[in-house]
Amino acid sequence: MGDILLDVRGITKRFGGLVANNDVSLQVEAGELVGVIGPNGAGKSTLFDLLTGFQTADAGEVLLDGRDVTRLRPDQISRLGVARTFQKLKPFTQMTVLENVMVGAFQKTSDPARARMEATKALDRVGLADKAEAHARVLSTGQRKRLELARALATRPRLLLLDEVTGGVDLRSIPALVALVRELNAAGTALVVIEHNMGVIMDISRRIVALHLGEVIADGTPAAVGRDPRVIEAYLGHAYVR
Amino acid sequence: MGFVYALIAAGLSLIFGLMEIVNFAHGEFLMLAMFTTFWAWALWKLDPFVSLPLTVGLLFLFGLAVYHGLIRWILGAPMLAQIFATFGLAIFLRAAAQALWGVDFRVIKNPLVDGRLAVGGLFIGLPQLTASLGALLAFGFLHWFIARTETGLALQATAQDRQAASLMGIDTQRMFALGWGIGAACVGAAGALLAMFFYVFPDVGSTFALLAYVTVALGGFGNVPATLAAGVIVGVVEVLAGLLIAPAFKYAVVFALYLVVVLWRPQGLFGRF
Amino acid sequence: MGRGLRWGAAAAALVLLIVFPQVVTQPFPRHVMISIFLYAMLAQAWNLLAGYCGQISLSHAVFFGTGAYTSTLLARHLGLSPWGGMLAGAVVAVLLSQCIGYPVFRLRGHYFAIATIAVGEIVGTLMINWDWAGGARGLFVPIKRPDSWMNFQFHESKQNYYYIALALLLLALWVTRRVERSRLGYYLRAIREDQDAAASLGIPVAGYKQRAMALSAGLTALGGSFYAQYIFFIDPESVFPTSLSILICLVAVLGGVGTFWGPLVGAAILIPLGEWTRIAFGGTGKAADLLVYGALIMLVSVIQPGGIMALAMRGRRRTG
Repeated sequence: MGDILLDVRGITKRFGGLVANNDVSLQVEAGELVGVIGPNGAGKSTLFDLLTGFQTADAGEVLLDGRDVTRLRPDQISRLGVARTFQKLKPFTQMTVLENVMVGAFQKTSDPARARMEATKALDRVGLADKAEAHARVLSTGQRKRLELARALATRPRLLLLDEVTGGVDLRSIPALVALVRELNAAGTALVVIEHNMGVIMDISRRIVALHLGEVIADGTPAAVGRDPRVIEAYLGHAYVR
Repeated sequence: MGFVYALIAAGLSLIFGLMEIVNFAHGEFLMLAMFTTFWAWALWKLDPFVSLPLTVGLLFLFGLAVYHGLIRWILGAPMLAQIFATFGLAIFLRAAAQALWGVDFRVIKNPLVDGRLAVGGLFIGLPQLTASLGALLAFGFLHWFIARTETGLALQATAQDRQAASLMGIDTQRMFALGWGIGAACVGAAGALLAMFFYVFPDVGSTFALLAYVTVALGGFGNVPATLAAGVIVGVVEVLAGLLIAPAFKYAVVFALYLVVVLWRPQGLFGRF
Repeated sequence: MGRGLRWGAAAAALVLLIVFPQVVTQPFPRHVMISIFLYAMLAQAWNLLAGYCGQISLSHAVFFGTGAYTSTLLARHLGLSPWGGMLAGAVVAVLLSQCIGYPVFRLRGHYFAIATIAVGEIVGTLMINWDWAGGARGLFVPIKRPDSWMNFQFHESKQNYYYIALALLLLALWVTRRVERSRLGYYLRAIREDQDAAASLGIPVAGYKQRAMALSAGLTALGGSFYAQYIFFIDPESVFPTSLSILICLVAVLGGVGTFWGPLVGAAILIPLGEWTRIAFGGTGKAADLLVYGALIMLVSVIQPGGIMALAMRGRRRTG
C-alpha cells in the first residue's frame, strides 16, 4: 500500500442539465499507473479538466498529497507537480520543437541555457531529439503526441495525466509510445491514462477505472474490470452480458 | 435609442455568430447609411422615411460586396489579420468619406416626421420615437426572418456548425455573404432612422460603433435576441448617466459599465462563448 | 546572411545613424528621422504586448498620453525636471496599465480588442473634460531658459532630440532582445499561441500578461514624455486619440508583428510615406494619408499578416 498521491472524493460537475461527472471517486498511489476507460461521453476528459483546474467541481474535492487543490488554477496545479496532455493537441505552432519543450522546462528554472538542456533531455526520452529544430507545425500526429508528452515531462511532474495516448497515431508507432509510457512509470511517475485502445490500456495499467455516463462503474485490476458485467454492458450493450 | 443600438448591434452579432469575425468597420457602415440618406434628401428631396428601403437595399449590396472583396480572403487567417482587415476598412471608409464630403456636420431639415410629443411631463422628439419604433420593427422583422424562414434557419445552422451545415447542402459561402448583407442592411435601416434627427459627418460611425460593440458584448456575441435587451440597457444607462452625472460623460459611463460586466461575466449577460 | 554579417550590417547602420545629423543639418529631414525613431520605438513597445504576447491593444495612445501629461504636469506644478517627469510618467503608466489589465485581460481575442478601444475612449473623454489638466485646450510645456540637457529642451536645433530619440529606440530594441531570450519571452509567446496549454505548463497567464503590459506601457510613456518636450504643446487630440493608437499598430503590423525588426522597418517606410502624402495632398492631407493607411492595413491583413518581415523571411528560410 503506497502513499496516496491523488485523492478524488465525490467529484460532481454539471453543465446546465448535463451531469458530466457524478460523485466520482478514485485514488492514485505514488508511482501507480491507472487507466481510465469508458465510452465517449462518459466524462473522462471532464474529469481531467476538473483535476487540473480547467473546470471547477460543483461538489466534492480533489486532494493532492493531502492538500486540497479543488479550486486552484491550472498553472498552480501544474506547479504542484501535475502535468497533462490534451486530447486535442495544443502545440505551440509558431515555435520550434525544442522551444515548445523549453516552455515546460522553464517551470523549474529561469535560465534559458538550463532550460534548453532539460528540454533536450526530455526530447531524448520521447525520441524526438532529431526534430529539435523543426517547427512544431510540421510534425505528424504521433510526433505531436510525443512533443506534448515531452513538454509535460519537462515540468518534472509527479503525476502525469495523459488524455488519449494512441488516438490518431498510426499502428506502427503505437508500441513505441506504449513502451515510453511504461518507461515513464517505471521511472517513478504516477500516471493516469485515458485510452480507448483496450489492448493497450489493459496491458499497461495496474488498475483500471471505468466511467459510464459520468459515474464510476468499476475500479480494479484489468482482469476484474474486463469481466465486470456493467463494463461489458456499457461498451457492448446488454446483449453481451453473460 | 436603445432600440437603435440594438439594431446596429444585431448586425454585428449576426456576423460574429456566423463566422467569428468582429466587423470593426460596422460604425462606418452606419456612417455610409446615414450619408446615403442625407444625399437622397439633399439631391432628390427624398424624405428619410421614403428613402429607407433604398438605403437598406444599398447597404445590403455593400455588405455583400465587402464580403466578396475582403472578408472572404481572411476567413481562415489568424485573428490579428481579421481584426486589422476590418479595422483597415473602417479607416479607409472614414477617410474616403472625409475626402469626398468634407468634415462638416450635415443635418436633414424638415423631415416628414418632426416635432415633439408630450407624454406626461416629458417631451419626446417624434423623430426619435419613430426611430425607436422603426428599429424595434426592423429588429422584429430580422428575428422573424432568422427564426422562421428557410434562409434564416440555414443561417442559424451555419452559425452553429459550419461543417455540418455544408454537409447538409447549405452553401456556406452564400450564407456568409448573406450574413454580411443582412448585417449591413440592419445598419442601413438604423442609419436611415438616425439620420432623421442626428448629425451626419464622417466620424459619426465611431461612437455608435463602440456602443454597438458594447451592446453586442453585453448581450453576448452571436446571440441576436439578447442584443435587444442589451441595447435597451445601454440606452437607459446612457440617458441616466447623462442626467445624473454629466452629458459629456454619458458614453464613458456606458463603457465603464461594460468593463464592469466583463469583469464579472466575460461572455456577456447571455453569451454562448 | 549569417549571424555575423547581420550584426555587422546593423553596426554599420548604427554608425550611419549616429553620423547622420552631423551631415544633414536641415531641420526637416532630422524631424522625419526623429519621427521614425519615435514611432519605431512606440511600435516596438506595442509589439511586446501584441506581437510577442498576442494581446492586441487598440488604445496604446493612452500610455503615450499618460507619459506626456505626467511629465508636463509635474514640470508645471512642481518644477520637476522633465527627466524626472519622464520616469514618473513611466511609473504612472505602468500603474495605470495594471489597473486596466485587471479587468481587460480576462477577455480573449476580439473581446479584448474591443475592451481596449472602450478604455481608450473613456480615457480620452476624461482628459477632454479634466480642466485641471488642461481639458480640451491642452497644456503648454513650460519653457525654461536656457536650453540645456537638464531642462530637456533644445530650441536651437533638433540635433540633441535626434540623439535622445535614437537612444529611446535603442532602449526599446534592447529591452525586446532581452525579453526574447529570457524565460519571459518564451512564456509570452506560449501565452500568445495557446493560453490553456501555457497554463497547463505552470505559467500564471494573467500575471505574465500584466508584465508584458507593464513593459509596454512604460516604454510607450517614455515616448510620450519625449514628445511633450519636443513639441512643447500637448492636448488630448494630439496624444490620446485613437488615430495615434492605430498608427502605432499599423507601423508594427506593416513591418511585422511579433518580429524584432518589424516595427523599425514599418516606421522607416510608413513615416516618410505619411510625410510625403501630407505634402503632396496639401490641405486634405489628413484624409489622404488615412486613406492610404486604411488601404495598407487591409492589404497587409489579406496578403501577408506577418508584415514585411514575413515576406523577407519567406525568401530566406529553407531549412526543414
